[in-house]
Amino acid sequence: MRNTCLNEVHQLARKNKNIIFIGSDLGAGTLASMKEEMPDRFFMEGISEQHIIGMSAGLAMEGFIPYINSIAPFLTRRCYEQVLVDLCLHDLPVRLIGNGGGAVYAPLGPTHLAVEDIAIFRAIPNMTIVAPCDAQEMLRFMPKTVDWPHPIYIRLAKGGDKVVSKSDLGFEIGKAILMRQPKDGLFITTGVMTQKALEASEQLLELGIECGVLHMHTIKPLDHASLENLIPKVNAVVTIEEHFRIGGLGSAVLESCSDLIPKHVSKITRIGIPDQFSDKYGSQESLLEYWGITVESIKNTMLQKLKNELN
Amino acid sequence: MDERSKNLRRTVVDVISIDRRGHFGSAMSSIEILRVLFDSFLSFRSNQPDWENRDRFILSKGHGCLSLYAILADKGFFTHEELLTFCSPDSPFGGHPDRGKVSGVEASTGALGHGLPIGVGMALAARMKQQSHRVIVLTGDGEINEGSVWEAALSASKHRLSNLTVMIDYNKFQSYGSTTEVLDLEPLADKWKSFGFAVEEVDGHNLEALEELTSRLPFEPNKPSAIICHTIKGKGFDFAEAKIEWHHKSKISDEDIKAMYHHLI
Repeated sequence: MRNTCLNEVHQLARKNKNIIFIGSDLGAGTLASMKEEMPDRFFMEGISEQHIIGMSAGLAMEGFIPYINSIAPFLTRRCYEQVLVDLCLHDLPVRLIGNGGGAVYAPLGPTHLAVEDIAIFRAIPNMTIVAPCDAQEMLRFMPKTVDWPHPIYIRLAKGGDKVVSKSDLGFEIGKAILMRQPKDGLFITTGVMTQKALEASEQLLELGIECGVLHMHTIKPLDHASLENLIPKVNAVVTIEEHFRIGGLGSAVLESCSDLIPKHVSKITRIGIPDQFSDKYGSQESLLEYWGITVESIKNTMLQKLKNELN
Repeated sequence: MDERSKNLRRTVVDVISIDRRGHFGSAMSSIEILRVLFDSFLSFRSNQPDWENRDRFILSKGHGCLSLYAILADKGFFTHEELLTFCSPDSPFGGHPDRGKVSGVEASTGALGHGLPIGVGMALAARMKQQSHRVIVLTGDGEINEGSVWEAALSASKHRLSNLTVMIDYNKFQSYGSTTEVLDLEPLADKWKSFGFAVEEVDGHNLEALEELTSRLPFEPNKPSAIICHTIKGKGFDFAEAKIEWHHKSKISDEDIKAMYHHLI
């Protein structure tokens, strides 16, 4: 997913002379082909995220479309005020590509996890937040970023993620994709949690329970219409995110439902990371398991919720 | 102090007398710097504020915006009467300048340490687009406590941005007290030099010296420039000069306003 995303920056830059790439201190050889082909539009600015955001704002004010890449926690937390003031207050077309959204950097500990990024960026006006589920979706998404008039945070997963997206379902920023039709229950997911929800849905089907999967790749602006349309049709809703339960996708869904369809709020349950710093290393998968974000727990949460709602 | 400097200060007093609050001392230390920039250095068109070839000026010390508003009004970006809406609910003129609202304001500032990174981006853009305009960033002295300023300084030097100049309004005071007491900046010139800037120092109220220095920009080819402007906080008002309580003042009294105008006679 990351390679696809960065390669797309290069491809898009070939077509649009205003597109530039800015890295902080990325791995050696990152986008070497772009650096060689268009060195004047390739920047590696060092470990200076606050400056990089401001610099990109200055470039965007002059007509450029900067794509910035760094590790997600540092591209969100370290330069939060710069993102808020320089990018979002000025409402500039800068794209923030965050490596390792969620628990990708599990072995590196809590300083390197990005599990509050959605919450803090969701609170900023003009910000757009997108978490594609696989590389093929990334390919469909990236061309849409060129003309999007607002800042975008692109939350990258680990990479090598199972391809579950379908080209015939298309991709529009701000428009959720219904990957599977709901009947009894509905999973609402973002990023690579969509894969887990699809798998849980398959297992539930074997039990005779039909659950839909709404892939909310864009968390902001949230697709309120799809929620308003689908949630009243099902008996239970489970949101799943690789993010704190505070402030992320689940919170956004609850807020939307509270505003638009309040009598359906109680049928929603959230799966996410508990309100505590990670005290484990291991791998992304072992951390997710520790937090109870597994196909099995997703399936069981839906079963329990359906049982509760139908009693 | 000549009549023009007094007139610009009078505009600031006109504005501050409405809401009875503002960064009075911070505005008064930068009047001559702004006057020289807008009178004899910067290229701009007040009737076409987004003219592509204009020089870009960023007031990074956004709290000093009263003096920027005064010079922009003087240059016809808006009227004196419009400015007198300062801080009213629908006014474009707030306690910090807003790019989207005030003609002639290049960046919304107020949070400190943002102007120089943005200026680096603008200067890079000018070079990439082969444009000859210059970028000037005016910072406060307390402002450059911020690490982002020094991140940007490293970058400006790396990119050899000779089209970028940072000016420091070195009035020696920040909110709590003197810059020496709060977080000493010295040796300030050496710091900028070591970050790769060509550095000059000047009396920030000396018009001729400021004109002479700015006429020589850039000081060295392939280097960004820094001008350390030694100024006096609250310049022109003996009750406020170098007085920390006038960094930001609220509940300004009728007597204070009267005294301000009296000093400008």
